Amino acid sequence: MIALLTYKGILVLVIFIITLAVAAYSTYAERKVAAFLQDRIGPDRAGPFGLLQPLADGAKFFFKEEIIPNVSNKTLFILGPCIAMMTALMAGVVIPWGDTIISGDNTYVLQITDLNIGILYIFGVVSIGVYGIMIGGWSSNNKFSLLGAIRASAQMISYEIAMGLAIIALIMMTGTLSLREISLQQAGGAGNHWNMWNVVYQPLGFIIFLVCAFAECNRTPFDLPECETELVGGYHTEYSSMKLGLYLFAEYINMFISSAVISTLYFGGFNFPFMNNLGLSHNWITVIGAAFFFSKIVFFIFFFMWIRWTVPRFRYDQLMNLGWKMMLPLAIFNIALSGLISLIFKN
Amino acid sequence: MLTNRSKVVVKKEMNFLEKIYLPAVFGGVIITIKHLFRRKATVRFPEVKRYISAVWRGQHVLKRDEHGAERCTACGLCAVACPAEAITMTAAERKKGEEGLYREEKYASVYEINMLRCIFCGLCEEACPKEAIFLTDRIESTDYSRQAFIYGKDKLVEAVDDRIDVTKRQTPEVLEFKQQKLLSHNR
Repeated sequence: MIALLTYKGILVLVIFIITLAVAAYSTYAERKVAAFLQDRIGPDRAGPFGLLQPLADGAKFFFKEEIIPNVSNKTLFILGPCIAMMTALMAGVVIPWGDTIISGDNTYVLQITDLNIGILYIFGVVSIGVYGIMIGGWSSNNKFSLLGAIRASAQMISYEIAMGLAIIALIMMTGTLSLREISLQQAGGAGNHWNMWNVVYQPLGFIIFLVCAFAECNRTPFDLPECETELVGGYHTEYSSMKLGLYLFAEYINMFISSAVISTLYFGGFNFPFMNNLGLSHNWITVIGAAFFFSKIVFFIFFFMWIRWTVPRFRYDQLMNLGWKMMLPLAIFNIALSGLISLIFKN
Repeated sequence: MLTNRSKVVVKKEMNFLEKIYLPAVFGGVIITIKHLFRRKATVRFPEVKRYISAVWRGQHVLKRDEHGAERCTACGLCAVACPAEAITMTAAERKKGEEGLYREEKYASVYEINMLRCIFCGLCEEACPKEAIFLTDRIESTDYSRQAFIYGKDKLVEAVDDRIDVTKRQTPEVLEFKQQKLLSHNR
Protein backbone atom coordinates (compact mmCIF):
# COMPACT_ATOMS: atom_id res chain seq x y z
CA MET A 1 0.00 0.00 0.00
CA ILE A 2 2.78 2.38 1.01
CA ALA A 3 4.74 1.43 -2.10
CA LEU A 4 1.71 2.12 -4.29
CA LEU A 5 1.15 5.50 -2.65
CA THR A 6 4.80 6.45 -3.10
CA TYR A 7 4.66 5.42 -6.73
CA LYS A 8 1.47 7.42 -7.33
CA GLY A 9 2.97 10.40 -5.48
CA ILE A 10 6.06 10.34 -7.67
CA LEU A 11 3.91 9.96 -10.77
CA VAL A 12 1.75 12.94 -9.76
CA LEU A 13 4.87 15.02 -9.22
CA VAL A 14 6.42 13.98 -12.54
CA ILE A 15 3.24 14.69 -14.48
CA PHE A 16 2.83 18.02 -12.69
CA ILE A 17 6.34 19.03 -13.69
CA ILE A 18 5.91 17.78 -17.25
CA THR A 19 2.63 19.66 -17.58
CA LEU A 20 4.19 22.90 -16.38
CA ALA A 21 7.22 22.41 -18.61
CA VAL A 22 5.05 21.72 -21.64
CA ALA A 23 2.90 24.76 -20.85
CA ALA A 24 6.00 26.94 -20.44
CA TYR A 25 7.50 25.76 -23.69
CA SER A 26 4.14 26.13 -25.43
CA THR A 27 4.51 29.87 -24.96
CA TYR A 28 7.89 29.66 -26.63
CA ALA A 29 6.54 27.37 -29.34
CA GLU A 30 3.61 29.69 -29.93
CA ARG A 31 5.93 32.58 -30.63
CA LYS A 32 8.26 30.50 -32.76
CA VAL A 33 5.42 28.97 -34.80
CA ALA A 34 3.83 32.39 -35.23
CA ALA A 35 7.15 33.78 -36.40
CA PHE A 36 7.87 30.95 -38.80
CA LEU A 37 4.41 31.07 -40.34
CA GLN A 38 4.93 34.79 -40.89
CA ASP A 39 8.42 34.42 -42.42
CA ARG A 40 10.16 35.68 -39.29
CA ILE A 41 12.49 33.81 -36.91
CA GLY A 42 10.96 34.65 -33.53
CA PRO A 43 12.70 34.91 -30.16
CA ASP A 44 16.36 33.87 -30.45
CA ARG A 45 18.18 36.02 -27.88
CA ALA A 46 17.79 34.11 -24.60
CA GLY A 47 20.04 31.08 -24.89
CA PRO A 48 20.56 29.01 -28.05
CA PHE A 49 17.56 29.47 -30.38
CA GLY A 50 15.95 31.46 -27.56
CA LEU A 51 15.31 28.29 -25.59
CA LEU A 52 15.60 30.10 -22.25
CA GLN A 53 12.86 32.55 -23.22
CA PRO A 54 10.14 30.84 -21.10
CA LEU A 55 12.37 31.12 -18.02
CA ALA A 56 12.94 34.80 -18.70
CA ASP A 57 9.20 35.33 -19.19
CA GLY A 58 8.38 33.44 -16.00
CA ALA A 59 10.93 35.42 -13.98
CA LYS A 60 9.56 38.62 -15.46
CA PHE A 61 6.04 37.70 -14.32
CA PHE A 62 7.26 37.32 -10.74
CA PHE A 63 9.04 40.68 -10.70
CA LYS A 64 6.21 42.67 -12.27
CA GLU A 65 4.14 44.99 -10.12
CA GLU A 66 1.03 43.34 -8.76
CA ILE A 67 -2.05 45.52 -9.23
CA ILE A 68 -5.36 44.67 -7.59
CA PRO A 69 -8.00 47.26 -8.54
CA ASN A 70 -9.56 49.09 -5.57
CA VAL A 71 -13.06 48.52 -6.90
CA SER A 72 -12.58 44.79 -7.33
CA ASN A 73 -13.77 42.06 -5.03
CA LYS A 74 -10.34 41.12 -3.72
CA THR A 75 -11.03 37.58 -2.56
CA LEU A 76 -12.64 36.55 -5.81
CA PHE A 77 -10.06 38.49 -7.80
CA ILE A 78 -7.34 36.29 -6.31
CA LEU A 79 -9.48 33.16 -6.43
CA GLY A 80 -10.14 33.43 -10.18
CA PRO A 81 -6.70 32.53 -11.56
CA CYS A 82 -6.27 29.91 -8.82
CA ILE A 83 -9.41 28.07 -9.96
CA ALA A 84 -8.40 28.36 -13.61
CA MET A 85 -4.96 26.91 -12.89
CA MET A 86 -6.19 24.22 -10.51
CA THR A 87 -8.87 22.83 -12.80
CA ALA A 88 -6.48 22.89 -15.72
CA LEU A 89 -3.99 20.78 -13.74
CA MET A 90 -6.65 18.44 -12.35
CA ALA A 91 -7.71 17.20 -15.76
CA GLY A 92 -4.37 15.47 -16.26
CA VAL A 93 -5.15 12.89 -13.57
CA VAL A 94 -7.08 10.44 -15.74
CA ILE A 95 -4.99 10.69 -18.89
CA PRO A 96 -3.24 7.37 -19.63
CA TRP A 97 0.31 8.52 -20.42
CA GLY A 98 1.47 5.02 -21.21
CA ASP A 99 0.73 1.32 -20.73
CA THR A 100 2.15 -0.65 -17.81
CA ILE A 101 5.73 -1.17 -16.74
CA ILE A 102 6.38 -4.62 -15.24
CA SER A 103 9.31 -5.07 -12.87
CA GLY A 104 9.35 -8.38 -11.03
CA ASP A 105 5.94 -9.01 -9.51
CA ASN A 106 4.92 -5.37 -9.55
CA THR A 107 2.97 -3.74 -12.34
CA TYR A 108 3.15 0.02 -12.58
CA VAL A 109 0.43 1.75 -14.60
CA LEU A 110 1.52 5.01 -16.20
CA GLN A 111 -1.69 6.73 -15.23
CA ILE A 112 -2.43 8.48 -11.97
CA THR A 113 -5.84 6.92 -11.58
CA ASP A 114 -7.98 4.86 -13.93
CA LEU A 115 -11.45 6.16 -13.14
CA ASN A 116 -14.18 4.14 -14.80
CA ILE A 117 -15.84 7.46 -15.65
CA GLY A 118 -12.64 9.04 -17.02
CA ILE A 119 -14.20 11.18 -19.74
CA LEU A 120 -17.00 12.36 -17.49
CA TYR A 121 -14.41 13.43 -14.94
CA ILE A 122 -12.57 15.47 -17.56
CA PHE A 123 -15.81 17.10 -18.65
CA GLY A 124 -16.68 17.91 -15.06
CA VAL A 125 -13.31 19.48 -14.35
CA VAL A 126 -13.28 21.45 -17.59
CA SER A 127 -16.70 22.90 -16.85
CA ILE A 128 -15.48 24.05 -13.44
CA GLY A 129 -12.66 25.76 -15.32
CA VAL A 130 -15.12 28.27 -16.73
CA TYR A 131 -15.70 29.49 -13.16
CA GLY A 132 -12.10 30.64 -13.01
CA ILE A 133 -12.65 32.85 -16.02
CA MET A 134 -16.11 34.02 -14.91
CA ILE A 135 -15.09 34.86 -11.35
CA GLY A 136 -11.95 36.63 -12.53
CA GLY A 137 -13.79 38.65 -15.13
CA TRP A 138 -16.70 39.56 -12.89
CA SER A 139 -14.71 40.46 -9.79
CA SER A 140 -12.43 42.81 -11.79
CA ASN A 141 -15.34 45.28 -11.90
CA ASN A 142 -14.40 46.30 -15.42
CA LYS A 143 -16.79 46.28 -18.35
CA PHE A 144 -14.31 44.67 -20.71
CA SER A 145 -13.52 41.94 -18.21
CA LEU A 146 -17.21 41.31 -17.62
CA LEU A 147 -17.94 41.14 -21.35
CA GLY A 148 -15.05 38.73 -21.81
CA ALA A 149 -16.26 36.58 -18.94
CA ILE A 150 -19.83 36.49 -20.25
CA ARG A 151 -18.60 35.55 -23.69
CA ALA A 152 -16.34 32.86 -22.25
CA SER A 153 -19.10 31.25 -20.22
CA ALA A 154 -21.65 31.41 -23.03
CA GLN A 155 -19.17 29.99 -25.51
CA MET A 156 -17.94 27.21 -23.26
CA ILE A 157 -21.44 26.09 -22.30
CA SER A 158 -22.56 26.11 -25.94
CA TYR A 159 -19.66 24.08 -27.22
CA GLU A 160 -19.60 21.69 -24.29
CA ILE A 161 -22.95 20.33 -25.45
CA ALA A 162 -21.77 19.53 -28.96
CA MET A 163 -18.54 18.15 -27.52
CA GLY A 164 -20.41 15.87 -25.15
CA LEU A 165 -22.66 14.61 -27.91
CA ALA A 166 -19.64 13.90 -30.11
CA ILE A 167 -18.24 11.82 -27.25
CA ILE A 168 -21.51 9.92 -26.83
CA ALA A 169 -21.18 8.52 -30.36
CA LEU A 170 -17.67 7.37 -29.45
CA ILE A 171 -18.79 5.82 -26.20
CA MET A 172 -21.55 3.92 -27.97
CA MET A 173 -18.77 2.32 -29.99
CA THR A 174 -16.24 1.70 -27.25
CA GLY A 175 -18.70 0.73 -24.52
CA THR A 176 -16.57 2.27 -21.79
CA LEU A 177 -15.86 5.68 -20.27
CA SER A 178 -12.43 4.72 -18.98
CA LEU A 179 -9.69 6.42 -20.97
CA ARG A 180 -7.28 3.56 -20.37
CA GLU A 181 -9.68 0.99 -21.79
CA ILE A 182 -10.43 3.22 -24.78
CA SER A 183 -6.67 3.41 -25.40
CA LEU A 184 -6.20 -0.33 -25.09
CA GLN A 185 -9.03 -0.98 -27.55
CA GLN A 186 -7.06 0.87 -30.20
CA ALA A 187 -3.88 -1.21 -29.90
CA GLY A 188 -2.60 -1.66 -33.43
CA GLY A 189 -1.42 -4.87 -35.00
CA ALA A 190 -2.43 -7.16 -32.14
CA GLY A 191 -2.07 -10.72 -33.40
CA ASN A 192 -3.42 -10.93 -36.90
CA HIS A 193 -6.31 -8.53 -36.59
CA TRP A 194 -5.97 -4.80 -36.72
CA ASN A 195 -7.59 -2.39 -34.33
CA MET A 196 -7.90 0.90 -36.11
CA TRP A 197 -7.69 4.20 -34.32
CA ASN A 198 -11.10 5.57 -33.44
CA VAL A 199 -10.73 8.44 -35.90
CA VAL A 200 -11.28 5.91 -38.69
CA TYR A 201 -14.67 4.95 -37.28
CA GLN A 202 -15.65 8.39 -36.04
CA PRO A 203 -14.35 10.97 -38.54
CA LEU A 204 -17.33 13.27 -38.10
CA GLY A 205 -17.22 12.96 -34.34
CA PHE A 206 -13.52 13.76 -34.42
CA ILE A 207 -14.04 16.95 -36.41
CA ILE A 208 -16.84 18.06 -34.07
CA PHE A 209 -14.70 17.27 -31.04
CA LEU A 210 -11.70 19.11 -32.49
CA VAL A 211 -13.67 22.26 -33.30
CA CYS A 212 -15.28 22.20 -29.85
CA ALA A 213 -11.87 21.70 -28.24
CA PHE A 214 -10.71 24.90 -29.93
CA ALA A 215 -13.71 26.71 -28.47
CA GLU A 216 -13.23 25.17 -25.02
CA CYS A 217 -9.58 26.27 -24.91
CA ASN A 218 -10.51 29.80 -26.05
CA ARG A 219 -8.17 29.46 -28.98
CA THR A 220 -8.45 31.28 -32.30
CA PRO A 221 -10.80 31.24 -34.25
CA PHE A 222 -12.90 31.15 -31.07
CA ASP A 223 -10.84 33.41 -28.81
CA LEU A 224 -13.62 35.93 -28.29
CA PRO A 225 -13.28 35.99 -24.47
CA GLU A 226 -9.92 37.68 -24.81
CA CYS A 227 -10.08 39.27 -28.23
CA GLU A 228 -7.71 42.18 -27.97
CA THR A 229 -9.27 44.20 -30.78
CA GLU A 230 -12.60 44.66 -29.00
CA LEU A 231 -12.10 43.86 -25.33
CA VAL A 232 -8.54 45.02 -24.52
CA GLY A 233 -7.62 41.71 -22.87
CA GLY A 234 -11.04 40.22 -22.20
CA TYR A 235 -11.49 38.60 -18.82
CA HIS A 236 -7.86 39.18 -17.78
CA THR A 237 -7.77 42.91 -18.63
CA GLU A 238 -7.23 43.92 -15.00
CA TYR A 239 -4.76 41.19 -14.18
CA SER A 240 -1.04 41.74 -13.92
CA SER A 241 2.05 39.96 -12.70
CA MET A 242 1.89 36.24 -11.97
CA LYS A 243 -1.92 36.20 -11.73
CA LEU A 244 -2.02 37.04 -15.42
CA GLY A 245 0.70 34.44 -15.84
CA LEU A 246 -1.52 31.84 -14.17
CA TYR A 247 -4.37 32.60 -16.58
CA LEU A 248 -2.11 32.31 -19.59
CA PHE A 249 -0.53 29.18 -18.15
CA ALA A 250 -3.94 27.64 -17.52
CA GLU A 251 -4.82 28.27 -21.14
CA TYR A 252 -1.72 26.46 -22.35
CA ILE A 253 -2.27 23.60 -19.91
CA ASN A 254 -5.83 23.28 -21.20
CA MET A 255 -4.41 23.09 -24.68
CA PHE A 256 -1.99 20.37 -23.59
CA ILE A 257 -4.71 18.37 -21.85
CA SER A 258 -7.15 18.66 -24.73
CA SER A 259 -4.42 17.55 -27.13
CA ALA A 260 -3.86 14.57 -24.86
CA VAL A 261 -7.60 13.81 -24.77
CA ILE A 262 -7.90 14.07 -28.56
CA SER A 263 -4.92 11.74 -28.96
CA THR A 264 -6.36 9.27 -26.46
CA LEU A 265 -9.88 9.22 -27.78
CA TYR A 266 -9.31 9.36 -31.52
CA PHE A 267 -5.65 8.73 -32.26
CA GLY A 268 -4.87 5.58 -30.35
CA GLY A 269 -3.36 7.13 -27.20
CA PHE A 270 -0.10 5.39 -26.34
CA ASN A 271 -0.47 2.84 -29.15
CA PHE A 272 1.51 2.98 -32.34
CA PRO A 273 1.33 0.98 -35.56
CA PHE A 274 2.95 -2.49 -35.57
CA MET A 275 3.57 -2.22 -31.82
CA ASN A 276 3.07 -5.94 -31.23
CA ASN A 277 4.91 -7.11 -34.34
CA LEU A 278 8.29 -5.60 -33.46
CA GLY A 279 9.25 -8.39 -31.06
CA LEU A 280 10.19 -5.95 -28.28
CA SER A 281 9.64 -6.58 -24.61
CA HIS A 282 6.53 -5.17 -22.97
CA ASN A 283 8.41 -2.46 -21.06
CA TRP A 284 10.12 -1.21 -24.20
CA ILE A 285 6.82 -1.00 -26.02
CA THR A 286 5.43 1.00 -23.09
CA VAL A 287 8.33 3.45 -23.22
CA ILE A 288 8.13 3.88 -26.99
CA GLY A 289 4.35 4.14 -26.72
CA ALA A 290 4.62 6.95 -24.18
CA ALA A 291 7.02 8.74 -26.52
CA PHE A 292 4.53 8.26 -29.36
CA PHE A 293 1.76 9.62 -27.16
CA PHE A 294 3.79 12.74 -26.44
CA SER A 295 4.61 13.24 -30.10
CA LYS A 296 0.90 13.04 -30.89
CA ILE A 297 0.24 15.64 -28.20
CA VAL A 298 2.98 17.88 -29.57
CA PHE A 299 1.51 17.56 -33.03
CA PHE A 300 -1.92 18.65 -31.80
CA ILE A 301 -0.44 21.56 -29.85
CA PHE A 302 1.29 22.57 -33.05
CA PHE A 303 -2.03 22.16 -34.86
CA PHE A 304 -3.70 24.51 -32.37
CA MET A 305 -1.04 27.14 -33.12
CA TRP A 306 -1.10 26.45 -36.82
CA ILE A 307 -4.84 27.11 -36.94
CA ARG A 308 -4.38 30.22 -34.81
CA TRP A 309 -2.19 31.85 -37.44
CA THR A 310 -4.43 30.70 -40.30
CA VAL A 311 -8.05 31.40 -39.43
CA PRO A 312 -9.33 34.83 -38.36
CA ARG A 313 -11.61 35.25 -35.35
CA PHE A 314 -15.33 34.52 -35.66
CA ARG A 315 -17.91 37.17 -35.01
CA TYR A 316 -19.98 36.51 -31.89
CA ASP A 317 -23.20 35.65 -33.76
CA GLN A 318 -21.24 33.44 -36.16
CA LEU A 319 -19.78 31.63 -33.17
CA MET A 320 -23.20 30.97 -31.67
CA ASN A 321 -24.65 29.99 -35.07
CA LEU A 322 -21.85 27.51 -35.59
CA GLY A 323 -22.24 26.07 -32.11
CA TRP A 324 -26.00 25.71 -31.93
CA LYS A 325 -27.12 25.43 -35.55
CA MET A 326 -24.26 23.44 -37.06
CA MET A 327 -22.31 21.54 -34.40
CA LEU A 328 -25.24 20.45 -32.27
CA PRO A 329 -27.40 19.00 -35.11
CA LEU A 330 -24.30 17.48 -36.66
CA ALA A 331 -23.39 15.79 -33.38
CA ILE A 332 -26.91 14.39 -32.99
CA PHE A 333 -26.81 13.18 -36.59
CA ASN A 334 -23.48 11.54 -35.81
CA ILE A 335 -25.00 9.68 -32.86
CA ALA A 336 -27.86 8.42 -35.00
CA LEU A 337 -25.46 7.39 -37.77
CA SER A 338 -23.12 5.53 -35.39
CA GLY A 339 -26.10 3.78 -33.82
CA LEU A 340 -27.44 2.74 -37.20
CA ILE A 341 -24.10 1.47 -38.46
CA SER A 342 -23.28 -0.47 -35.30
CA LEU A 343 -26.75 -2.00 -35.41
CA ILE A 344 -26.28 -3.16 -39.00
CA PHE A 345 -22.77 -4.53 -38.51
CA LYS A 346 -23.36 -6.22 -35.18
CA ASN A 347 -26.21 -8.36 -36.57
CA MET B 1 -9.19 48.72 -63.75
CA LEU B 2 -5.56 49.51 -64.43
CA THR B 3 -4.37 46.08 -63.41
CA ASN B 4 -7.29 44.13 -64.89
CA ARG B 5 -7.61 42.37 -61.57
CA SER B 6 -10.71 44.14 -60.30
CA LYS B 7 -13.61 41.88 -59.42
CA VAL B 8 -17.27 42.70 -59.26
CA VAL B 9 -18.49 41.80 -55.80
CA VAL B 10 -21.54 39.58 -55.81
CA LYS B 11 -23.30 39.00 -52.51
CA LYS B 12 -24.54 35.49 -53.10
CA GLU B 13 -25.70 32.80 -50.75
CA MET B 14 -22.87 30.51 -49.65
CA ASN B 15 -23.12 26.96 -50.94
CA PHE B 16 -22.84 23.94 -48.68
CA LEU B 17 -19.06 23.53 -48.96
CA GLU B 18 -18.54 27.19 -48.14
CA LYS B 19 -20.99 27.03 -45.27
CA ILE B 20 -19.18 24.27 -43.41
CA TYR B 21 -15.95 26.34 -43.58
CA LEU B 22 -13.72 23.26 -43.57
CA PRO B 23 -12.52 23.33 -47.22
CA ALA B 24 -11.63 27.01 -46.85
CA VAL B 25 -9.85 26.32 -43.55
CA PHE B 26 -7.97 23.45 -45.18
CA GLY B 27 -6.86 25.74 -48.02
CA GLY B 28 -5.66 28.31 -45.53
CA VAL B 29 -3.78 25.72 -43.53
CA ILE B 30 -1.92 24.61 -46.66
CA ILE B 31 -0.92 28.20 -47.39
CA THR B 32 0.39 28.84 -43.88
CA ILE B 33 2.35 25.58 -43.69
CA LYS B 34 4.15 26.56 -46.88
CA HIS B 35 5.38 29.68 -45.11
CA LEU B 36 6.92 27.52 -42.38
CA PHE B 37 9.63 26.49 -44.83
CA ARG B 38 10.10 29.82 -46.58
CA ARG B 39 13.31 31.80 -46.30
CA LYS B 40 12.98 34.18 -43.36
CA ALA B 41 13.08 37.91 -43.94
CA THR B 42 14.54 38.74 -40.53
CA VAL B 43 18.01 40.29 -40.27
CA ARG B 44 19.63 39.49 -36.89
CA PHE B 45 20.67 43.10 -36.45
CA PRO B 46 23.66 43.57 -34.20
CA GLU B 47 25.46 40.53 -35.64
CA VAL B 48 24.26 40.88 -39.22
CA LYS B 49 24.00 44.31 -40.79
CA ARG B 50 21.86 45.09 -43.77
CA TYR B 51 23.74 46.15 -46.88
CA ILE B 52 23.71 49.91 -47.24
CA SER B 53 24.93 51.89 -50.23
CA ALA B 54 28.35 53.52 -50.26
CA VAL B 55 26.66 56.88 -50.88
CA TRP B 56 24.16 56.27 -48.07
CA ARG B 57 22.98 59.50 -46.47
CA GLY B 58 23.50 58.87 -42.75
CA GLN B 59 25.01 60.79 -39.84
CA HIS B 60 26.77 64.04 -40.79
CA VAL B 61 30.45 64.79 -40.43
CA LEU B 62 32.20 68.16 -40.26
CA LYS B 63 35.47 67.71 -42.15
CA ARG B 64 38.93 68.98 -41.30
CA ASP B 65 41.45 69.90 -43.98
CA GLU B 66 44.76 68.12 -44.60
CA HIS B 67 46.43 70.03 -41.71
CA GLY B 68 43.68 69.16 -39.27
CA ALA B 69 41.95 72.57 -39.27
CA GLU B 70 38.16 72.75 -39.35
CA ARG B 71 36.90 73.62 -42.83
CA CYS B 72 33.58 75.15 -41.72
CA THR B 73 33.49 78.94 -41.90
CA ALA B 74 30.02 79.40 -40.41
CA CYS B 75 28.59 80.98 -43.57
CA GLY B 76 25.15 79.55 -42.77
CA LEU B 77 24.38 78.32 -46.30
CA CYS B 78 23.65 74.84 -44.99
CA ALA B 79 21.21 76.20 -42.44
CA VAL B 80 19.49 78.18 -45.20
CA ALA B 81 19.39 75.19 -47.52
CA CYS B 82 18.04 72.86 -44.85
CA PRO B 83 14.34 72.22 -45.59
CA ALA B 84 13.76 70.80 -42.10
CA GLU B 85 15.49 73.72 -40.35
CA ALA B 86 17.56 71.31 -38.36
CA ILE B 87 20.86 73.22 -38.42
CA THR B 88 21.80 76.12 -36.15
CA MET B 89 25.18 77.71 -35.63
CA THR B 90 26.96 80.57 -33.93
CA ALA B 91 29.90 82.20 -35.68
CA ALA B 92 33.08 83.40 -33.99
CA GLU B 93 36.28 85.16 -35.08
CA ARG B 94 39.53 83.24 -35.16
CA LYS B 95 42.08 84.52 -32.60
CA LYS B 96 45.79 84.73 -33.16
CA GLY B 97 47.46 81.35 -32.72
CA GLU B 98 44.35 79.38 -33.67
CA GLU B 99 45.36 79.04 -37.32
CA GLY B 100 45.97 75.32 -36.84
CA LEU B 101 42.45 74.84 -35.49
CA TYR B 102 40.36 76.79 -37.98
CA ARG B 103 41.03 77.13 -41.68
CA GLU B 104 39.26 80.47 -42.27
CA GLU B 105 39.19 83.66 -40.21
CA LYS B 106 35.62 82.98 -39.21
CA TYR B 107 34.50 79.70 -37.73
CA ALA B 108 31.48 78.08 -36.04
CA SER B 109 31.84 78.13 -32.26
CA VAL B 110 28.55 76.28 -31.96
CA TYR B 111 27.25 73.97 -34.70
CA GLU B 112 24.20 71.89 -33.92
CA ILE B 113 22.08 69.52 -35.99
CA ASN B 114 18.81 68.30 -34.56
CA MET B 115 18.79 64.68 -35.69
CA LEU B 116 15.08 64.35 -34.98
CA ARG B 117 14.33 67.14 -37.45
CA CYS B 118 16.88 66.14 -40.05
CA ILE B 119 15.43 64.32 -43.06
CA PHE B 120 18.85 63.31 -44.44
CA CYS B 121 18.20 64.92 -47.82
CA GLY B 122 21.82 66.01 -48.29
CA LEU B 123 21.03 69.61 -49.30
CA CYS B 124 23.44 70.96 -46.65
CA GLU B 125 26.21 69.04 -48.31
CA GLU B 126 25.25 70.40 -51.72
CA ALA B 127 25.09 73.96 -50.42
CA CYS B 128 28.46 73.91 -48.63
CA PRO B 129 31.05 75.97 -50.54
CA LYS B 130 33.91 74.86 -48.31
CA GLU B 131 33.49 71.07 -48.63
CA ALA B 132 32.99 71.01 -44.87
CA ILE B 133 29.81 69.04 -44.22
CA PHE B 134 29.11 65.59 -45.59
CA LEU B 135 26.63 62.85 -44.96
CA THR B 136 28.28 59.50 -44.24
CA ASP B 137 27.27 55.85 -44.28
CA ARG B 138 27.12 55.78 -40.47
CA ILE B 139 23.73 55.29 -38.85
CA GLU B 140 23.12 57.71 -35.99
CA SER B 141 22.61 55.96 -32.68
CA THR B 142 19.49 55.75 -30.57
CA ASP B 143 18.91 57.52 -27.27
CA TYR B 144 16.36 58.00 -24.51
CA SER B 145 15.95 61.80 -24.45
CA ARG B 146 15.13 64.30 -27.17
CA GLN B 147 17.95 66.57 -26.00
CA ALA B 148 20.49 63.88 -26.79
CA PHE B 149 19.51 63.99 -30.46
CA ILE B 150 20.80 67.54 -30.87
CA TYR B 151 24.29 66.74 -32.07
CA GLY B 152 26.93 69.38 -31.31
CA LYS B 153 30.44 69.78 -32.62
CA ASP B 154 31.68 67.09 -30.24
CA LYS B 155 29.80 64.47 -32.26
CA LEU B 156 29.92 66.08 -35.70
CA VAL B 157 33.56 67.15 -36.20
CA GLU B 158 35.81 64.30 -37.22
CA ALA B 159 38.76 63.43 -35.00
CA VAL B 160 42.19 64.56 -36.25
CA ASP B 161 43.64 61.08 -36.03
CA ASP B 162 40.47 59.27 -37.15
CA ARG B 163 39.40 60.81 -40.43
CA ILE B 164 36.14 59.78 -42.03
CA ASP B 165 36.35 58.79 -45.66
CA VAL B 166 33.92 60.72 -47.87
CA THR B 167 35.59 60.08 -51.24
CA LYS B 168 32.56 58.07 -52.35
CA ARG B 169 30.40 61.18 -52.02
CA GLN B 170 33.07 63.71 -53.02
CA THR B 171 33.82 62.40 -56.51
CA PRO B 172 35.33 64.65 -59.20
CA GLU B 173 31.91 64.78 -60.87
CA VAL B 174 30.37 66.12 -57.69
CA LEU B 175 33.12 68.73 -57.31
CA GLU B 176 32.65 69.81 -60.92
CA PHE B 177 28.90 70.02 -60.40
CA LYS B 178 29.43 72.28 -57.42
CA GLN B 179 31.49 74.68 -59.54
CA GLN B 180 28.49 75.48 -61.74
CA LYS B 181 27.54 78.75 -60.12
CA LEU B 182 24.54 79.17 -62.40
CA LEU B 183 22.62 76.57 -60.48
CA SER B 184 20.43 78.14 -57.86
CA HIS B 185 21.77 76.28 -54.88
CA ASN B 186 25.33 77.29 -55.68
CA ARG B 187 24.68 80.99 -56.11
